[in-house]
Amino acid sequence: MIEWSQHLPVLQVVVPLIVAPIIVLFRNKNIAWFLATATAFFSLYTSIELLTIVQESGPIDYAIGNWERHVGIVYHIDIANAYILTIVSAVSAFVFPYSYHSIQQEIPEYKLHHFYAALVLCLTGLLGIAATGDAFNVFVFLEISSLSTYALVAMGDKPGKPPRASLAAYRYLIMGTIGGTFILLGIGFLYMMTGTLNMAELSEKLPALSDTSTVRAAFAFITVGASIKLALFPVHTWLPNIYTHAPNVVSAFLSSTATKVSYYVLLRAMYTLFGAALAAQALQLKLLIGPMALVAIFLGSFNAIKQTNIKKILAFSSVAQIGYMVLGLSMNNLDGLTGGLIHLFNHALMKGGLFMAVGCMFYRYQSVELSDLKGVGRTMPFTTFAFVLGGLGLIGVPLTAGFISKWYLVLGAFEADVWWLAILILIASLMAVMYIFKVIETAYFQEPNTDIEVSEAPLSMLVPTYALVLASVYFGIFTEPMLGAAREAAEMFLSAGGM
Amino acid sequence: MEILIPLLLPLITAALIQILGRFASPNIRDGVHTLMAVVTFYFVIQLIGPVMDGQRPDFFVAEMFPGLTLSFKVEPLGLVFALVASGLWIPTSVYAFGYMRGHHESNQTRFFTCFALAIGFALGVAFSENLLTLFCYYEALTFSTYPLVTHYQNAEARRAGRIYMGILVTTSVCFLLVGIASVWFLTGTLTFTQGGVFTGGEYETWQIALLLALFAFGTAKAALFPFHKWLPNAMVAPTPVSALLHAVAVVKAGVFTVLKVVIYIFGLEFLSELGANNWLMVVAGFTILFSSTVALFKDNLKARLAYSTISQLAYIVLGAAFATQTAAIGAAMHIVMHAVGKITLFFCAGAIYVGAHKKYISQMDGLGHKMPFTMAAFTIASFSIIGLPPFGGMWSKWFLGLGALEGGSWGFMSIYMISSLLSIAYLMPIVGRAYFRKPSEKDADLHEAPWMCVLPPCLTAIGCVLLFLFPEGLFDLLNLMFVEGGQ
Repeated sequence: MIEWSQHLPVLQVVVPLIVAPIIVLFRNKNIAWFLATATAFFSLYTSIELLTIVQESGPIDYAIGNWERHVGIVYHIDIANAYILTIVSAVSAFVFPYSYHSIQQEIPEYKLHHFYAALVLCLTGLLGIAATGDAFNVFVFLEISSLSTYALVAMGDKPGKPPRASLAAYRYLIMGTIGGTFILLGIGFLYMMTGTLNMAELSEKLPALSDTSTVRAAFAFITVGASIKLALFPVHTWLPNIYTHAPNVVSAFLSSTATKVSYYVLLRAMYTLFGAALAAQALQLKLLIGPMALVAIFLGSFNAIKQTNIKKILAFSSVAQIGYMVLGLSMNNLDGLTGGLIHLFNHALMKGGLFMAVGCMFYRYQSVELSDLKGVGRTMPFTTFAFVLGGLGLIGVPLTAGFISKWYLVLGAFEADVWWLAILILIASLMAVMYIFKVIETAYFQEPNTDIEVSEAPLSMLVPTYALVLASVYFGIFTEPMLGAAREAAEMFLSAGGM
Repeated sequence: MEILIPLLLPLITAALIQILGRFASPNIRDGVHTLMAVVTFYFVIQLIGPVMDGQRPDFFVAEMFPGLTLSFKVEPLGLVFALVASGLWIPTSVYAFGYMRGHHESNQTRFFTCFALAIGFALGVAFSENLLTLFCYYEALTFSTYPLVTHYQNAEARRAGRIYMGILVTTSVCFLLVGIASVWFLTGTLTFTQGGVFTGGEYETWQIALLLALFAFGTAKAALFPFHKWLPNAMVAPTPVSALLHAVAVVKAGVFTVLKVVIYIFGLEFLSELGANNWLMVVAGFTILFSSTVALFKDNLKARLAYSTISQLAYIVLGAAFATQTAAIGAAMHIVMHAVGKITLFFCAGAIYVGAHKKYISQMDGLGHKMPFTMAAFTIASFSIIGLPPFGGMWSKWFLGLGALEGGSWGFMSIYMISSLLSIAYLMPIVGRAYFRKPSEKDADLHEAPWMCVLPPCLTAIGCVLLFLFPEGLFDLLNLMFVEGGQ
């Protein structure tokens, strides 16, 4: 008899992959929504199950079809994978139920089942990247998620208005394809040198070959490719437009999942594949990645302050927050990396919640321009309060999740012996105060437009929004479950390189 | 567990006010507010007995980081601050009731909600067991008072709100948090410990002085020069806010933090042996003289009181900077004495505004005849702030002065004296005008504000006298700070 739980690693990916075409076959928006939501909850269940198993009894290797690792594909779930899977599926489990009302307003009905099919495919891709232990498989899932993302974003076009969303999607298509190709090239080089695509085998064989220029080129290609997908400065330019013009559900979903998975890819490449191989890696982190991250933080925050469109404020804030995560990575020590990793989860909760709150505002106002949202604090008090709570998290106020990340990043800076970096991190969080308060001031200090009647968003949107936002407060106080996992993952990456 | 009740009661009050604000009449809502203030004070008083007996009730909430917890513990200094905050909440709630009604303010439910929250967070600051918990509540206090400062939601309030948040958040994030993280990084603990946490380590004087600077300037709620600007600006808030928050909860949370960090993180002996505290004496001394002088030239009554508050807060910081036991006790006593005196003055300023619609001192001629109770309370509180017997303010100045001689020098002692003279110069003219000048003709039909605005300042003015007559309880409690195992 086969244990059900043994197959969790592959079910995690296979179930959404099968559900996506089924959704298209039914051609019904309600069934589509229901199936997508059910899938999200199934993945949440499996990923939490996997996280517990991994924490109790160590990594799982699942050879698909029982083919050995040098022949077939092996799914490898260790603490880092399980952690990323949990983030992605948890956010989906909140965003998908929320989408029901929100998306109907933005997309014509005949497209809705396509939308949900693409959404579930995107989820499949993201989960696949996080679950697989095979380098080529990473590329395949990356393309699945990217292609479905292009479609999802392009659906955000409003009838009768310039096709901003399509244009943004097109630009992302070009950037994303370059990124994907770079990763593919890198993987190709590695295959050329080692004859294997399995990550564990790669990490065993690469140290001996670390001096060859092919391996170094592979490292460069993969790093740059992953950075494009991650939207790290200076290859972040696609991101603000995507987040701004995509349908609100998609913005909420992508902002809290896609970049997180790309960060994971970067980590795997840095530590697992090349960690032992490139001794100079640490130096590159400090001299190359670190400054990029710092620029991302300041440039992103600065641009966020300048914007007058809330979604754009949040999008540029994402550029900055990605900077924090990468900065944690560049410190190359336990506290810093823990900070970067825990910020994945915390930022997913906060930014997801914020985008959802903005979606609620859009649902009533049909706009996310600050000038249209005057006095929204009085017309939609619950929604605005959710935004305030999420915003406080973004600032890093204690007792919210954002504080936890910041604390570790500051300690990481101390540990790396660069105290001025700690100050810079904190100064940057003051810039978050400025862009969040810009919204708060508009919401509370200006008189509402009296010519339109506005009421609260429907409960089906408010409840998931509050669930995410309150979760970001909960995990700012009771940090143990996720912080423990992030710390373990950081320890794993730093000690053994992870496989 | 008993410590949890006073911590939670204000938060429950806030929730109740939200509910009652929607479904019940405003009078019921505000009645419940006052009632809950009394109940909270009662439960804080219940903690005195155990603390006097040498117990230190504590409660553990959660482990935020490995080895770093969110937890609470009652010790004498924190208990004194908690008694002040929750005790003065009662007259303020009555006063706010009358003031907000008398002024027909809008958004009263939000106002009372944030008010209760702010008290709850101030109690959290008081009962924090470690720096991390304290920081959490310190920030929560800032954010919960922002809606109070910007209550009027107009351009002026927005500007004040920006300055308020700008200074308080910037300093707390850029200095205080760095200071806390440094202490954690250097010593591996953030727990408030008798004698400080640096014992046994080798540190340079400049390192500790720098760290002390991060704390002293990081807690901008203590309004040390040059981070004092938020306080006068925050005076655009309704007067009950100025009264409770800017004479008691917010500013006292600041000086309390400085005092607590000096005593329980650095340790008095450690600081004075290294001499890392000398610069702070100079800065605090300068703040005292500077702001007392500025107060002389303010015609707006609330602004004058605000600058007076800045100088009185610097008294406490200076007391902490001497790093001697006498001065620390004096500083802690001054938290109490100044709170009672200054809240009375603010109550009176608000009562004058409600009753006579006057903001400027130059308009207050002959007010003593028209508003006898208000001006009597104002006079008593002024004497207490100046430090004259038979009013409470004398005791704390006495101990601060002794501490100055022990830990500082004649120079700093004389700063206290000069500043007392200055406070005579900026407070007495108001009293003089009120009693010795004739009211102008158009003020002929002025009368007292509604009783709910007049009774509270009279009560707190009586409090000033009582604190002079019975200071032993307070003194005994504060003495426990330095008894072995006091923390």
